[in-house]
Amino acid sequence: MRLVGSDLACVRGGRQVFSRVGFTVCAGEALLVTGPNGAGKSSLLRLVSGLLRPQQGRLELEGGDLELTIAEQAHYLGHQDALKPSLSVQENLRFWTALLGGEAAKSDHALAAVGLDGLAPLPAIYLSAGQRRRLAIARLIAIERPIWLLDEPTSVLDTAAQAMLADLIRAHLADHGLVLVASHGPIGVNGAKQLRLGQQADQGTQSP
Amino acid sequence: MTALAALLARDLRLAVRVGGGALIGILFFTLLVTLVPFAVGPDLPLLARLGPAILWLGALLASLLGLDRLLAMDHEDGTLDLILTARVPLELAVAAKALAHWLTTGLPLVIAAPLLGLLLNLDPKATGTIAVTLLAGTPALTFIGLIGAALTVALRRGGLLLAILVLPLTVPILIFGVAASNAAIVGPVPFGTPFTILCALTLISVVIGPFAAAIALRQGLE
Repeated sequence: MRLVGSDLACVRGGRQVFSRVGFTVCAGEALLVTGPNGAGKSSLLRLVSGLLRPQQGRLELEGGDLELTIAEQAHYLGHQDALKPSLSVQENLRFWTALLGGEAAKSDHALAAVGLDGLAPLPAIYLSAGQRRRLAIARLIAIERPIWLLDEPTSVLDTAAQAMLADLIRAHLADHGLVLVASHGPIGVNGAKQLRLGQQADQGTQSP
Repeated sequence: MTALAALLARDLRLAVRVGGGALIGILFFTLLVTLVPFAVGPDLPLLARLGPAILWLGALLASLLGLDRLLAMDHEDGTLDLILTARVPLELAVAAKALAHWLTTGLPLVIAAPLLGLLLNLDPKATGTIAVTLLAGTPALTFIGLIGAALTVALRRGGLLLAILVLPLTVPILIFGVAASNAAIVGPVPFGTPFTILCALTLISVVIGPFAAAIALRQGLE
């Protein structure tokens, strides 16, 4: 399986966020997307997940399921955790599992994997920011999808949870998955490719 | 199919939990209909003649109240992003959400209408007829409202704009709903004529609503 983006350009609110961006990620590889604030890291991930349309360029998944779009084979973990405060931890995860086509039995296992199994009956409104993010990460384990799109996943996590996420990413890569991470820091995965965004935008501002 | 059932079940559950807002519409409906006899005065024949119009007007306004929660809440917390990456067509997903919304806000209005008819001096046959027309017509209000909810999804506090967008489109439902109720109560038009048109309007909006809403949501991807 290979995810190839070529000559991608993105416009948001009339502003060119990035242009001529290309990348290749093969099965078992991670791509670390870096760049200053506003360089388009989040936009690139939203673009791959089908939540934004590219202004130009192509995005192809070779060796994937032809019946499904790239978005339908990807997990998108954004800044918002998509939790309903009045549902319990377990109900939130069960809902995602059913909606995204996972097995209900795996959702309990996933809760244990992110260390939230003791909080299963607790309404999500009482979770801390880090716990909310861990619950969102449980989604990645409960539902099997080959592509993970993680937008600054470590921003609210403590060091133990960051290590846990790095373990999960390594396990997913060992399982021939693809991971795209937008992050400011290292993600704890050796041999990750790097895509640096923002150079073109910087040049644009220097020469008016 | 399980995905749609899960979406429906979750929305029903959310509506009846704390902050779900299922009661807003029915409370507003009750308040409005309760206040009318005080405003109109103790003229019983007049109340009975206004009855169908008041019940329908109350139901229309009450069903507008909850519409801004239909999609905006899922948009704010990122759930809509997940629905877009689910392996179900967006049209069916928004239809499931609209169905859940009708079950929690529209159906209670239908059930409450016969009870509130007592305050308007309507006999059991008349209130029964109005309840039937509401049962046939309120799904149309929800599914037309779905289009407005999809168009205003990215606006914070877009509730008033949503009402202004949706209200003109619901006027035919109001006209034929009241016409069918009046036809059954006072005649002379046979009940079937306006009622069939009301049912047709509902069927059209149930088909068009989810498609239009899905197009609006996809257009708004930014």
